[in-house]
Amino acid sequence: MTYGPARALPGDQIRITTNPDTEPFWQAAKEGRLTACQCGDCGHFRMPPTAICPECGSRAKNWPTLPGTATVFSFAICNKNPKNGEDYVYVPVVVDLDGAPGTRLNANVSGCDAEDVHIGMKVSVDWTPIQDGWVLPNFKA
Amino acid sequence: MAWVNQDKCAIVGVGATDYYVRGKSWPRTINDMAAEAIMNACADAGISHKQIDGFSYYSTAGAGYLDKFDTASLMETLGMPHISWSATLTSGGGGCPGAIGLATAGLMNEDCTYTVTLMALQQLPQHRLGVVFGAAAPNPENSFLQPSGLVGPGHLMSVLARRHMHLYGTTQDAFGEVVMATRANTHNRPKAVRKDPLTKEQYDASVMLADPLRRLDFCLETDGAVAVITTTMDRAKDCRHKPAVVHAAAHGGQREWGRAFAWMGMPDPHFASSGHKFTADRVWAQSGLTAKDMDVALIYDHFSPMVLMQLEDYGFCEKGEGNEYVLSGKLRYDPATGKGVNGGVPVNTHGGNLNEAYIIGMTHIVEGVEQVRGTAINQVKDAEFALVSGGPASLPVSSLILRKD
Repeated sequence: MTYGPARALPGDQIRITTNPDTEPFWQAAKEGRLTACQCGDCGHFRMPPTAICPECGSRAKNWPTLPGTATVFSFAICNKNPKNGEDYVYVPVVVDLDGAPGTRLNANVSGCDAEDVHIGMKVSVDWTPIQDGWVLPNFKA
Repeated sequence: MAWVNQDKCAIVGVGATDYYVRGKSWPRTINDMAAEAIMNACADAGISHKQIDGFSYYSTAGAGYLDKFDTASLMETLGMPHISWSATLTSGGGGCPGAIGLATAGLMNEDCTYTVTLMALQQLPQHRLGVVFGAAAPNPENSFLQPSGLVGPGHLMSVLARRHMHLYGTTQDAFGEVVMATRANTHNRPKAVRKDPLTKEQYDASVMLADPLRRLDFCLETDGAVAVITTTMDRAKDCRHKPAVVHAAAHGGQREWGRAFAWMGMPDPHFASSGHKFTADRVWAQSGLTAKDMDVALIYDHFSPMVLMQLEDYGFCEKGEGNEYVLSGKLRYDPATGKGVNGGVPVNTHGGNLNEAYIIGMTHIVEGVEQVRGTAINQVKDAEFALVSGGPASLPVSSLILRKD
């Protein structure tokens, strides 16, 4: 099927909330820095961030700066804006984050036609301003 | 090791309302539909609804998102003099058959004598199940999912299906065959919502909602209620119908399936799966049986690819071989012989969530009961064992094996 250019969903329609476990991820994003939650004791990565390391039970956390690159693990192609039902081609991707083994993000990819997105595709982070001054990591082909 | 409660309880009554297309049940209320289903189930069992003294729910005693029902209101509505068991299996629709296991826990503990398991669903425009997920206010966890536009269960399943296609060469044709094979079982079912014959051309023309999934890969949106009554075997002998014996019942899951729908962190091969492997292994261990011993399989089918993936997780075929298994026609029920096709076990002889009605898994239990009673509309010849599954969904998911008495 031919869909044409993949576009990220409009940032002004997107809201997030945070809590003390997740906020450092989003604060880093505001600085244009992609990070992931890493255990401060055993080094195991986990995303989304949670209170306690599922491997060793530690509450210590690191927020290392990641390279900002990733690999597409899976994806869908959608053609309606979920907020208003308008025709809008976007590609939700699940990506494996480089530099943080075992962690994934869900995002949109742009910079290519939707039908050209494929599993294994290399992408790099692309920041999208959203509501309330937050910034969302999306990805570019 | 055999399950300690094996063959000690049975489902003795099933009851339902009519099935309505989403939103069309109004001005009936959720309690009106729930009560009708319960009274129909009691009439089927040959007991008075005032004999019910237990509730074994799943999905937070409601769809989890929509209008709720609860024990106190139902007691008042039905005039039940007392209850001595009211319990809910956590999580969502995946707990449906597990709620029968929960009923056996109450019965074997001698807390109660007749328990009802119930689902009533009414998707009015202000709370349509398919969209409440995306319309939910952002919270710290879904803030890692919602912004991607993966806002409905179908979106999420499409990503899992894509990975399965990538790893194993699975095709959309197989998803279509799941839909067509189960649709073929509804033309003779008076209450089924989708009962017209479905061709491959019609399937292929179905609107793509979340590529690779088409509208027809999505289950129906239905209003209605279904209830079943479970009791101990000694009481079951006095009921109207032959008992549908609870041979095994398991719920749970393993960590690799994780938080499922709101996470997407599952490692391969669990990502491209139904998340049922752990529960499948448990129910087979409890029963001493395997997929090949089943005469009929009632597989939770909110989205067609998840049927294929459950067939793999339960061992009807090997992991990665679902495409070939499905395309060889092994899901189909052959009305001429009353058996499967090409050595397969017939799947969703009632049409399932995709074609008959979507009451969050309860219709599969009803069909399992009717099959082992020998009274199903599309009766499998000499059906002795029926598998019923609930989920894929957030854990726990669950499984039930019903046995002919």
